Amino acid sequence: MVQSILEVKGISKHFGGFTALADVSIDIAPGERFGLIGPNGSGKTTLINCISGALRNDGGSIRFEGEEISRLPAYRRTRKGIARSFQIPRPFHSMSVIDNLLVPYEYVVHLKQSEAERQAMDILRRIGLAERARAPSNQLSQVELRKLELARAMAARPRLLISDEAMAGLSGSEVDEVLKILFDLNAQGITIIMIEHIMQAVMRFSQRVICLDAGRIICEGVPEAIVKNPDVQKAYLGA
Amino acid sequence: MKFWIAAALLFLAAFGVAISGVNEYFFFAAYVVLTAVTLATAWNILGGYAGYVNFGPPAFFGTGAYTAVVLFKWLGAPLAAQIAAGAAMGGLLGFGVGLLTLRLRGIFFAIATVAVVFIMETLMINWRYVGGATGLQLLRPPVIAPFETYARMLFVVAAFMALASVAVARYVQGSWIGRGLRALRDSEEAAEANGVPTLKLKLFACVVSGALMGAAGAPMPMYLSFIEPASTFNLSYTISALGGSIIGGMSHWLGPILGALLLGTLQQIITVTISGEVNVLIVGVLLVLFVVLAPEGILGLLKRWFKASSK
Repeated sequence: MVQSILEVKGISKHFGGFTALADVSIDIAPGERFGLIGPNGSGKTTLINCISGALRNDGGSIRFEGEEISRLPAYRRTRKGIARSFQIPRPFHSMSVIDNLLVPYEYVVHLKQSEAERQAMDILRRIGLAERARAPSNQLSQVELRKLELARAMAARPRLLISDEAMAGLSGSEVDEVLKILFDLNAQGITIIMIEHIMQAVMRFSQRVICLDAGRIICEGVPEAIVKNPDVQKAYLGA
Repeated sequence: MKFWIAAALLFLAAFGVAISGVNEYFFFAAYVVLTAVTLATAWNILGGYAGYVNFGPPAFFGTGAYTAVVLFKWLGAPLAAQIAAGAAMGGLLGFGVGLLTLRLRGIFFAIATVAVVFIMETLMINWRYVGGATGLQLLRPPVIAPFETYARMLFVVAAFMALASVAVARYVQGSWIGRGLRALRDSEEAAEANGVPTLKLKLFACVVSGALMGAAGAPMPMYLSFIEPASTFNLSYTISALGGSIIGGMSHWLGPILGALLLGTLQQIITVTISGEVNVLIVGVLLVLFVVLAPEGILGLLKRWFKASSK
Protein backbone atom coordinates (compact mmCIF):
# COMPACT_ATOMS: atom_id res chain seq x y z
CA MET A 1 0.00 0.00 0.00
CA VAL A 2 1.19 3.50 -0.81
CA GLN A 3 1.97 5.57 2.25
CA SER A 4 -0.59 8.30 2.71
CA ILE A 5 0.53 11.92 2.50
CA LEU A 6 -1.88 12.97 5.23
CA GLU A 7 -3.21 10.70 7.92
CA VAL A 8 -5.66 12.18 10.39
CA LYS A 9 -6.56 9.76 13.16
CA GLY A 10 -9.38 10.29 15.61
CA ILE A 11 -8.98 14.02 16.13
CA SER A 12 -11.46 16.05 18.09
CA LYS A 13 -11.83 19.73 18.85
CA HIS A 14 -13.97 21.41 21.49
CA PHE A 15 -14.74 25.07 21.97
CA GLY A 16 -15.93 25.21 25.57
CA GLY A 17 -18.85 22.80 25.69
CA PHE A 18 -19.30 22.79 21.94
CA THR A 19 -17.91 19.86 20.02
CA ALA A 20 -16.71 21.11 16.65
CA LEU A 21 -15.00 17.87 15.64
CA ALA A 22 -15.59 14.43 17.11
CA ASP A 23 -13.30 11.53 16.31
CA VAL A 24 -12.57 12.48 12.71
CA SER A 25 -10.20 10.31 10.70
CA ILE A 26 -9.18 10.77 7.11
CA ASP A 27 -6.48 9.28 4.95
CA ILE A 28 -5.28 11.03 1.84
CA ALA A 29 -3.01 9.47 -0.76
CA PRO A 30 -0.25 11.41 -2.51
CA GLY A 31 -1.59 13.13 -5.60
CA GLU A 32 -5.21 12.68 -4.63
CA ARG A 33 -7.94 15.23 -5.32
CA PHE A 34 -9.98 15.19 -2.18
CA GLY A 35 -13.27 17.00 -1.58
CA LEU A 36 -14.60 18.07 1.79
CA ILE A 37 -18.24 19.06 1.98
CA GLY A 38 -20.82 19.63 4.65
CA PRO A 39 -23.44 22.19 5.64
CA ASN A 40 -22.49 25.46 7.36
CA GLY A 41 -21.01 24.91 10.80
CA SER A 42 -20.29 21.26 10.19
CA GLY A 43 -16.60 21.60 11.07
CA LYS A 44 -14.92 21.76 7.66
CA THR A 45 -12.90 24.85 8.41
CA THR A 46 -12.14 23.66 11.94
CA LEU A 47 -10.76 20.45 10.46
CA ILE A 48 -8.43 22.23 8.07
CA ASN A 49 -7.46 24.71 10.78
CA CYS A 50 -6.31 21.72 12.81
CA ILE A 51 -4.43 20.29 9.83
CA SER A 52 -2.75 23.58 8.92
CA GLY A 53 -1.98 24.45 12.54
CA ALA A 54 -4.16 27.53 13.02
CA LEU A 55 -5.87 25.51 15.76
CA ARG A 56 -4.56 22.72 17.96
CA ASN A 57 -6.60 19.53 17.96
CA ASP A 58 -7.62 18.24 21.40
CA GLY A 59 -7.08 14.55 20.81
CA GLY A 60 -5.88 12.21 18.09
CA SER A 61 -2.95 12.48 15.73
CA ILE A 62 -2.15 14.17 12.44
CA ARG A 63 0.64 12.74 10.34
CA PHE A 64 2.04 14.42 7.26
CA GLU A 65 4.29 12.24 5.13
CA GLY A 66 4.57 9.88 8.06
CA GLU A 67 5.57 12.53 10.58
CA GLU A 68 3.45 13.60 13.55
CA ILE A 69 2.72 17.31 13.10
CA SER A 70 -0.16 18.02 15.44
CA ARG A 71 2.04 19.85 17.94
CA LEU A 72 3.98 21.92 15.42
CA PRO A 73 3.22 25.64 15.02
CA ALA A 74 1.51 26.57 11.77
CA TYR A 75 4.58 28.10 10.13
CA ARG A 76 6.55 24.86 10.55
CA ARG A 77 3.75 22.90 8.88
CA THR A 78 3.80 25.33 5.96
CA ARG A 79 7.55 24.81 5.65
CA LYS A 80 6.99 21.06 5.64
CA GLY A 81 4.72 21.44 2.62
CA ILE A 82 1.15 22.19 3.69
CA ALA A 83 -0.26 25.41 2.27
CA ARG A 84 -3.77 26.76 2.56
CA SER A 85 -5.97 29.53 1.33
CA PHE A 86 -8.41 31.25 3.66
CA GLN A 87 -12.16 31.16 3.28
CA ILE A 88 -12.36 34.85 4.17
CA PRO A 89 -9.43 36.30 2.22
CA ARG A 90 -6.67 37.55 4.50
CA PRO A 91 -4.33 39.47 2.23
CA PHE A 92 -1.38 41.38 3.65
CA HIS A 93 -3.32 44.54 2.95
CA SER A 94 -0.46 46.99 3.43
CA MET A 95 1.51 45.29 0.64
CA SER A 96 1.17 45.15 -3.11
CA VAL A 97 -0.10 41.98 -4.75
CA ILE A 98 3.36 40.76 -5.70
CA ASP A 99 4.78 41.55 -2.25
CA ASN A 100 2.10 39.29 -0.79
CA LEU A 101 3.69 36.43 -2.71
CA LEU A 102 7.20 37.41 -1.66
CA VAL A 103 6.36 36.53 1.95
CA PRO A 104 6.11 32.77 1.34
CA TYR A 105 9.00 32.95 -1.13
CA GLU A 106 11.17 34.56 1.53
CA TYR A 107 9.99 32.50 4.50
CA VAL A 108 9.21 29.09 3.03
CA VAL A 109 11.17 28.67 -0.19
CA HIS A 110 14.07 30.98 0.81
CA LEU A 111 14.60 32.61 -2.56
CA LYS A 112 16.53 35.77 -3.35
CA GLN A 113 14.26 38.72 -4.04
CA SER A 114 14.95 39.00 -7.79
CA GLU A 115 14.31 35.31 -8.36
CA ALA A 116 11.28 35.38 -6.07
CA GLU A 117 9.78 38.28 -8.02
CA ARG A 118 10.29 36.46 -11.31
CA GLN A 119 8.57 33.33 -10.05
CA ALA A 120 5.84 35.35 -8.35
CA MET A 121 5.07 37.01 -11.70
CA ASP A 122 4.82 33.54 -13.28
CA ILE A 123 2.19 32.55 -10.75
CA LEU A 124 0.30 35.83 -11.14
CA ARG A 125 0.25 35.36 -14.91
CA ARG A 126 -1.09 31.84 -14.52
CA ILE A 127 -3.83 32.96 -12.21
CA GLY A 128 -4.69 36.09 -14.17
CA LEU A 129 -3.51 38.74 -11.75
CA ALA A 130 -0.37 39.82 -13.61
CA GLU A 131 -1.63 43.27 -14.56
CA ARG A 132 -2.53 43.89 -10.92
CA ALA A 133 0.90 42.86 -9.60
CA ARG A 134 1.87 46.34 -8.37
CA ALA A 135 -1.60 47.27 -7.10
CA PRO A 136 -2.03 47.64 -3.35
CA SER A 137 -3.84 44.51 -2.23
CA ASN A 138 -6.46 46.51 -0.33
CA GLN A 139 -7.78 47.74 -3.67
CA LEU A 140 -8.58 44.32 -5.07
CA SER A 141 -12.08 43.11 -5.83
CA GLN A 142 -13.51 40.11 -4.02
CA VAL A 143 -12.73 37.87 -7.00
CA GLU A 144 -9.15 39.12 -7.22
CA LEU A 145 -8.72 38.60 -3.48
CA ARG A 146 -9.70 34.95 -3.86
CA LYS A 147 -7.22 34.55 -6.66
CA LEU A 148 -4.55 36.20 -4.52
CA GLU A 149 -5.26 33.73 -1.70
CA LEU A 150 -4.68 30.85 -4.08
CA ALA A 151 -1.63 32.46 -5.69
CA ARG A 152 -0.01 33.02 -2.31
CA ALA A 153 -0.65 29.43 -1.29
CA MET A 154 0.91 28.26 -4.56
CA ALA A 155 3.99 30.39 -3.91
CA ALA A 156 4.76 28.33 -0.81
CA ARG A 157 5.37 25.36 -3.17
CA PRO A 158 3.20 22.97 -1.18
CA ARG A 159 2.94 19.24 -1.61
CA LEU A 160 -0.50 19.44 -0.01
CA LEU A 161 -2.70 22.39 -0.93
CA ILE A 162 -5.84 23.09 1.04
CA SER A 163 -8.26 25.31 -0.81
CA ASP A 164 -10.89 26.69 1.54
CA GLU A 165 -13.81 27.90 -0.59
CA ALA A 166 -11.55 29.47 -3.17
CA MET A 167 -14.50 29.72 -5.55
CA ALA A 168 -17.17 31.29 -3.37
CA GLY A 169 -18.69 34.26 -5.15
CA LEU A 170 -17.01 33.55 -8.49
CA SER A 171 -18.93 33.47 -11.75
CA GLY A 172 -19.27 30.27 -13.79
CA SER A 173 -16.36 31.02 -16.09
CA GLU A 174 -14.18 32.10 -13.18
CA VAL A 175 -14.96 28.85 -11.38
CA ASP A 176 -13.80 27.03 -14.50
CA GLU A 177 -10.62 29.08 -14.51
CA VAL A 178 -9.79 28.27 -10.89
CA LEU A 179 -10.69 24.61 -11.42
CA LYS A 180 -8.31 24.45 -14.35
CA ILE A 181 -5.52 25.90 -12.21
CA LEU A 182 -6.19 23.35 -9.49
CA PHE A 183 -6.27 20.50 -12.03
CA ASP A 184 -2.92 21.73 -13.42
CA LEU A 185 -1.39 21.87 -9.94
CA ASN A 186 -2.66 18.38 -9.25
CA ALA A 187 -1.17 17.17 -12.53
CA GLN A 188 2.20 18.39 -11.23
CA GLY A 189 1.80 16.03 -8.31
CA ILE A 190 0.33 18.35 -5.68
CA THR A 191 -2.27 16.74 -3.45
CA ILE A 192 -5.33 18.94 -3.09
CA ILE A 193 -8.03 19.15 -0.47
CA MET A 194 -10.94 21.20 -1.72
CA ILE A 195 -13.58 22.62 0.55
CA GLU A 196 -16.40 23.99 -1.49
CA HIS A 197 -20.05 24.86 -1.39
CA ILE A 198 -20.35 24.87 -5.16
CA MET A 199 -21.36 21.22 -5.61
CA GLN A 200 -20.73 20.95 -9.34
CA ALA A 201 -17.16 22.14 -8.75
CA VAL A 202 -16.36 19.69 -5.94
CA MET A 203 -18.03 16.81 -7.69
CA ARG A 204 -16.24 17.51 -10.96
CA PHE A 205 -12.89 17.98 -9.24
CA SER A 206 -12.72 15.36 -6.53
CA GLN A 207 -11.81 11.72 -6.84
CA ARG A 208 -13.11 11.10 -3.35
CA VAL A 209 -15.40 13.13 -1.12
CA ILE A 210 -16.11 13.21 2.59
CA CYS A 211 -19.19 14.83 4.03
CA LEU A 212 -19.06 16.29 7.52
CA ASP A 213 -22.09 17.06 9.63
CA ALA A 214 -21.98 18.38 13.21
CA GLY A 215 -18.31 17.50 13.51
CA ARG A 216 -18.64 13.88 12.35
CA ILE A 217 -17.97 12.17 9.07
CA ILE A 218 -21.34 10.98 7.87
CA CYS A 219 -20.32 9.61 4.54
CA GLU A 220 -17.31 8.94 2.35
CA GLY A 221 -17.02 7.84 -1.23
CA VAL A 222 -16.80 8.74 -4.88
CA PRO A 223 -18.71 11.89 -5.87
CA GLU A 224 -21.54 10.02 -7.60
CA ALA A 225 -22.24 7.98 -4.48
CA ILE A 226 -22.07 10.99 -2.18
CA VAL A 227 -24.73 12.90 -4.08
CA LYS A 228 -27.10 9.97 -3.85
CA ASN A 229 -26.42 9.26 -0.19
CA PRO A 230 -29.56 9.80 1.92
CA ASP A 231 -27.57 11.03 4.96
CA VAL A 232 -25.92 13.72 2.86
CA GLN A 233 -29.23 14.80 1.42
CA LYS A 234 -30.67 14.92 4.90
CA ALA A 235 -27.75 16.98 6.26
CA TYR A 236 -28.10 19.50 3.45
CA LEU A 237 -31.84 19.70 3.11
CA GLY A 238 -32.77 18.86 6.68
CA ALA A 239 -35.50 16.60 5.33
CA MET B 1 25.28 54.37 1.18
CA LYS B 2 23.57 57.77 1.01
CA PHE B 3 22.07 57.01 4.40
CA TRP B 4 25.44 56.35 5.99
CA ILE B 5 26.99 59.50 4.52
CA ALA B 6 24.06 61.56 5.81
CA ALA B 7 24.30 59.91 9.23
CA ALA B 8 28.05 60.57 9.44
CA LEU B 9 27.56 64.20 8.40
CA LEU B 10 24.80 64.69 10.96
CA PHE B 11 26.98 63.20 13.66
CA LEU B 12 29.92 65.42 12.72
CA ALA B 13 27.60 68.43 12.73
CA ALA B 14 26.40 67.53 16.23
CA PHE B 15 30.00 67.16 17.32
CA GLY B 16 30.89 70.51 15.80
CA VAL B 17 28.01 72.26 17.53
CA ALA B 18 29.00 70.65 20.84
CA ILE B 19 32.50 72.12 20.78
CA SER B 20 31.32 75.50 19.46
CA GLY B 21 30.20 78.42 21.58
CA VAL B 22 26.45 77.73 21.36
CA ASN B 23 24.39 78.62 24.43
CA GLU B 24 24.41 75.89 27.08
CA TYR B 25 20.61 75.71 27.24
CA PHE B 26 20.50 74.43 23.67
CA PHE B 27 22.23 71.22 24.76
CA PHE B 28 19.88 70.64 27.66
CA ALA B 29 16.89 70.97 25.34
CA ALA B 30 18.42 69.13 22.38
CA TYR B 31 19.34 66.18 24.58
CA VAL B 32 15.68 65.69 25.47
CA VAL B 33 14.55 66.01 21.85
CA LEU B 34 17.17 63.53 20.61
CA THR B 35 16.23 61.07 23.34
CA ALA B 36 12.63 61.38 22.15
CA VAL B 37 13.81 60.51 18.61
CA THR B 38 15.53 57.37 19.94
CA LEU B 39 12.46 56.40 21.97
CA ALA B 40 10.01 56.94 19.11
CA THR B 41 12.23 55.09 16.63
CA ALA B 42 12.65 52.18 19.04
CA TRP B 43 8.93 52.09 19.84
CA ASN B 44 8.03 52.01 16.17
CA ILE B 45 9.90 48.73 15.57
CA LEU B 46 7.29 46.86 17.60
CA GLY B 47 4.41 49.36 17.52
CA GLY B 48 4.60 50.48 13.91
CA TYR B 49 6.06 47.54 11.99
CA ALA B 50 4.41 44.75 13.97
CA GLY B 51 1.35 46.70 15.13
CA TYR B 52 1.77 45.84 18.80
CA VAL B 53 1.02 48.99 20.77
CA ASN B 54 3.39 49.11 23.70
CA PHE B 55 2.44 51.51 26.49
CA GLY B 56 5.52 50.50 28.47
CA PRO B 57 8.38 52.71 27.21
CA PRO B 58 8.89 54.13 30.74
CA ALA B 59 9.54 50.60 32.02
CA PHE B 60 12.30 50.07 29.45
CA PHE B 61 13.63 53.60 29.71
CA GLY B 62 13.64 53.39 33.52
CA THR B 63 15.30 49.97 33.48
CA GLY B 64 18.10 51.48 31.41
CA ALA B 65 18.41 54.44 33.76
CA TYR B 66 18.49 52.32 36.92
CA THR B 67 20.93 49.86 35.38
CA ALA B 68 23.24 52.78 34.71
CA VAL B 69 22.87 54.01 38.30
CA VAL B 70 23.64 50.60 39.76
CA LEU B 71 26.74 50.20 37.60
CA PHE B 72 27.87 53.71 38.43
CA LYS B 73 27.36 53.39 42.16
CA TRP B 74 28.76 49.88 42.37
CA LEU B 75 31.74 50.01 40.00
CA GLY B 76 32.02 53.62 38.93
CA ALA B 77 31.54 52.33 35.39
CA PRO B 78 32.02 54.79 32.52
CA LEU B 79 29.07 56.12 30.51
CA ALA B 80 29.65 53.81 27.54
CA ALA B 81 29.47 50.76 29.81
CA GLN B 82 26.33 52.14 31.45
CA ILE B 83 24.66 52.51 28.08
CA ALA B 84 25.69 49.05 26.95
CA ALA B 85 24.36 47.54 30.17
CA GLY B 86 21.18 49.61 29.92
CA ALA B 87 20.61 48.24 26.43
CA ALA B 88 21.27 44.68 27.62
CA MET B 89 18.82 44.97 30.51
CA GLY B 90 16.24 46.69 28.29
CA GLY B 91 16.55 43.84 25.81
CA LEU B 92 16.27 41.28 28.59
CA LEU B 93 13.14 42.96 29.91
CA GLY B 94 11.80 43.00 26.34
CA PHE B 95 12.41 39.27 26.11
CA GLY B 96 10.65 38.55 29.39
CA VAL B 97 7.73 40.85 28.74
CA GLY B 98 7.43 39.57 25.19
CA LEU B 99 7.41 35.95 26.26
CA LEU B 100 4.62 36.65 28.75
CA THR B 101 2.49 39.07 26.77
CA LEU B 102 2.98 38.62 23.05
CA ARG B 103 0.36 35.92 22.88
CA LEU B 104 -2.11 38.63 23.80
CA ARG B 105 -3.40 40.82 21.04
CA GLY B 106 -4.65 44.35 20.60
CA ILE B 107 -5.90 46.09 23.70
CA PHE B 108 -4.92 43.19 25.98
CA PHE B 109 -1.29 43.48 25.01
CA ALA B 110 -1.40 47.25 25.52
CA ILE B 111 -2.84 46.90 29.02
CA ALA B 112 -0.26 44.28 29.99
CA THR B 113 2.54 46.65 29.00
CA VAL B 114 1.10 49.41 31.21
CA ALA B 115 1.26 46.96 34.10
CA VAL B 116 4.98 46.42 33.48
CA VAL B 117 5.60 50.13 34.11
CA PHE B 118 3.95 49.94 37.52
CA ILE B 119 5.75 46.74 38.43
CA MET B 120 9.15 48.23 37.60
CA GLU B 121 8.36 51.47 39.42
CA THR B 122 7.23 49.60 42.55
CA LEU B 123 10.37 47.49 42.49
CA MET B 124 12.61 50.56 42.36
CA ILE B 125 10.63 52.39 45.06
CA ASN B 126 11.36 49.48 47.37
CA TRP B 127 15.03 49.10 46.54
CA ARG B 128 17.14 51.00 49.06
CA TYR B 129 20.43 50.64 47.17
CA VAL B 130 19.20 52.94 44.39
CA GLY B 131 17.59 55.39 46.76
CA GLY B 132 14.06 54.03 47.05
CA ALA B 133 11.24 56.53 46.72
CA THR B 134 13.35 59.57 47.63
CA GLY B 135 15.89 58.94 44.92
CA LEU B 136 19.62 59.32 44.71
CA GLN B 137 21.96 62.27 44.07
CA LEU B 138 24.74 61.43 41.64
CA LEU B 139 28.05 63.16 41.34
CA ARG B 140 29.04 63.39 37.68
CA PRO B 141 32.56 62.28 36.86
CA PRO B 142 34.81 64.88 35.24
CA VAL B 143 33.93 65.63 31.62
CA ILE B 144 36.06 64.19 28.84
CA ALA B 145 37.94 66.54 26.46
CA PRO B 146 37.20 68.15 24.01
CA PHE B 147 33.85 68.89 25.65
CA GLU B 148 33.55 71.86 27.95
CA THR B 149 30.57 70.65 29.94
CA TYR B 150 28.84 67.35 30.64
CA ALA B 151 25.65 68.47 28.88
CA ARG B 152 27.59 69.01 25.65
CA MET B 153 29.03 65.53 25.84
CA LEU B 154 25.64 64.00 26.58
CA PHE B 155 24.23 65.85 23.59
CA VAL B 156 26.76 64.13 21.31
CA VAL B 157 26.02 60.78 22.96
CA ALA B 158 22.28 61.31 22.43
CA ALA B 159 22.89 62.25 18.79
CA PHE B 160 24.89 59.07 18.31
CA MET B 161 22.20 56.90 19.91
CA ALA B 162 19.45 58.53 17.87
CA LEU B 163 21.37 57.86 14.65
CA ALA B 164 22.23 54.32 15.72
CA SER B 165 18.62 53.45 16.53
CA VAL B 166 17.46 54.91 13.21
CA ALA B 167 20.07 52.74 11.47
CA VAL B 168 18.72 49.67 13.29
CA ALA B 169 15.09 50.55 12.49
CA ARG B 170 15.99 51.17 8.86
CA TYR B 171 17.77 47.84 8.61
CA VAL B 172 14.87 45.95 10.21
CA GLN B 173 12.37 47.64 7.92
CA GLY B 174 14.24 46.79 4.74
CA SER B 175 15.14 43.21 5.63
CA TRP B 176 13.13 39.99 5.50
CA ILE B 177 12.34 40.62 9.17
CA GLY B 178 10.53 43.82 8.26
CA ARG B 179 8.42 42.06 5.63
CA GLY B 180 7.54 39.36 8.15
CA LEU B 181 6.56 41.94 10.77
CA ARG B 182 4.35 43.75 8.28
CA ALA B 183 2.78 40.46 7.28
CA LEU B 184 1.90 39.57 10.85
CA ARG B 185 0.59 43.08 11.49
CA ASP B 186 -1.80 42.67 8.54
CA SER B 187 -2.92 39.18 9.51
CA GLU B 188 -1.27 36.94 12.03
CA GLU B 189 -3.05 33.79 10.77
CA ALA B 190 -2.08 34.44 7.18
CA ALA B 191 1.50 35.20 8.17
CA GLU B 192 1.79 31.87 10.02
CA ALA B 193 0.20 30.05 7.10
CA ASN B 194 2.87 31.57 4.86
CA GLY B 195 5.78 30.33 6.92
CA VAL B 196 6.35 33.41 9.10
CA PRO B 197 7.36 32.41 12.65
CA THR B 198 5.19 35.12 14.18
CA LEU B 199 6.04 34.59 17.84
CA LYS B 200 9.79 34.60 17.18
CA LEU B 201 9.60 37.73 15.06
CA LYS B 202 7.47 39.56 17.62
CA LEU B 203 9.92 38.57 20.35
CA PHE B 204 12.80 39.80 18.23
CA ALA B 205 11.07 43.15 17.67
CA CYS B 206 10.27 43.42 21.37
CA VAL B 207 13.89 42.72 22.37
CA VAL B 208 15.40 45.17 19.87
CA SER B 209 12.86 47.84 20.73
CA GLY B 210 13.40 47.29 24.47
CA ALA B 211 17.19 47.36 24.14
CA LEU B 212 17.14 50.68 22.28
CA MET B 213 14.79 52.20 24.84
CA GLY B 214 17.00 50.90 27.65
CA ALA B 215 20.02 52.50 25.98
CA ALA B 216 18.10 55.77 25.65
CA GLY B 217 17.38 55.77 29.37
CA ALA B 218 20.91 55.00 30.53
CA PRO B 219 22.42 58.52 30.29
CA MET B 220 19.35 60.13 31.93
CA PRO B 221 20.66 59.91 35.55
CA MET B 222 23.90 61.61 34.52
CA TYR B 223 21.94 64.25 32.62
CA LEU B 224 19.91 65.08 35.74
CA SER B 225 22.65 64.25 38.29
CA PHE B 226 19.76 62.59 40.05
CA ILE B 227 17.41 59.62 39.83
CA GLU B 228 14.02 59.09 41.37
CA PRO B 229 11.28 56.55 40.47
CA ALA B 230 8.23 58.76 39.85
CA SER B 231 9.82 60.86 37.11
CA THR B 232 11.89 57.99 35.69
CA PHE B 233 8.84 55.76 35.15
CA ASN B 234 6.67 58.66 34.06
CA LEU B 235 4.07 57.84 31.42
CA SER B 236 5.13 60.99 29.56
CA TYR B 237 7.79 58.80 27.95
CA THR B 238 4.98 56.71 26.52
CA ILE B 239 3.47 59.86 25.06
CA SER B 240 6.70 60.98 23.43
CA ALA B 241 7.43 57.52 22.00
CA LEU B 242 3.91 56.83 20.82
CA GLY B 243 3.10 60.43 19.93
CA GLY B 244 6.27 60.86 17.90
CA SER B 245 5.50 57.75 15.87
CA ILE B 246 1.81 58.55 15.33
CA ILE B 247 2.44 62.16 14.37
CA GLY B 248 5.34 61.28 12.10
CA GLY B 249 3.87 58.15 10.52
CA MET B 250 4.44 54.55 11.54
CA SER B 251 5.00 52.79 8.24
CA HIS B 252 8.54 54.10 7.61
CA TRP B 253 11.62 54.74 9.74
CA LEU B 254 11.52 58.42 8.75
CA GLY B 255 8.16 58.88 10.47
CA PRO B 256 9.22 58.66 14.13
CA ILE B 257 12.18 60.98 13.44
CA LEU B 258 9.96 63.68 11.96
CA GLY B 259 7.29 63.24 14.61
CA ALA B 260 9.67 63.20 17.57
CA LEU B 261 11.63 66.20 16.28
CA LEU B 262 8.44 68.20 15.78
CA LEU B 263 6.79 67.13 19.01
CA GLY B 264 9.95 67.36 21.12
CA THR B 265 10.97 70.78 19.82
CA LEU B 266 7.46 72.13 20.21
CA GLN B 267 7.34 70.83 23.77
CA GLN B 268 10.63 72.48 24.64
CA ILE B 269 9.59 75.81 23.15
CA ILE B 270 6.20 75.79 24.87
CA THR B 271 7.63 74.74 28.23
CA VAL B 272 10.00 77.70 28.14
CA THR B 273 7.75 80.33 26.60
CA ILE B 274 4.36 79.42 28.07
CA SER B 275 4.28 76.66 30.69
CA GLY B 276 4.77 72.98 31.36
CA GLU B 277 1.02 72.41 31.69
CA VAL B 278 0.12 73.96 28.35
CA ASN B 279 2.79 71.79 26.81
CA VAL B 280 0.89 68.64 27.87
CA LEU B 281 -2.32 70.09 26.47
CA ILE B 282 -0.66 70.84 23.14
CA VAL B 283 0.58 67.26 22.83
CA GLY B 284 -2.94 66.01 23.45
CA VAL B 285 -4.45 68.32 20.85
CA LEU B 286 -1.79 67.40 18.29
CA LEU B 287 -2.38 63.69 18.84
CA VAL B 288 -6.14 64.04 18.40
CA LEU B 289 -5.71 66.15 15.29
CA PHE B 290 -3.33 63.68 13.67
CA VAL B 291 -5.31 60.57 14.58
CA VAL B 292 -8.48 62.10 13.12
CA LEU B 293 -7.18 64.09 10.17
CA ALA B 294 -3.93 62.39 9.18
CA PRO B 295 -3.85 58.82 10.47
CA GLU B 296 -0.75 58.16 8.41
CA GLY B 297 1.08 61.06 10.04
CA ILE B 298 3.34 63.64 8.47
CA LEU B 299 4.65 61.02 6.05
CA GLY B 300 1.11 60.32 4.84
CA LEU B 301 0.50 64.04 4.35
CA LEU B 302 3.75 64.41 2.40
CA LYS B 303 2.91 61.43 0.21
CA ARG B 304 -0.51 62.83 -0.61
CA TRP B 305 0.99 66.22 -1.30
CA PHE B 306 3.63 64.80 -3.65
CA LYS B 307 1.05 62.76 -5.51
CA ALA B 308 -1.16 65.82 -5.92
CA SER B 309 1.69 68.01 -7.15
CA SER B 310 2.96 65.40 -9.62
CA LYS B 311 -0.44 65.16 -11.31
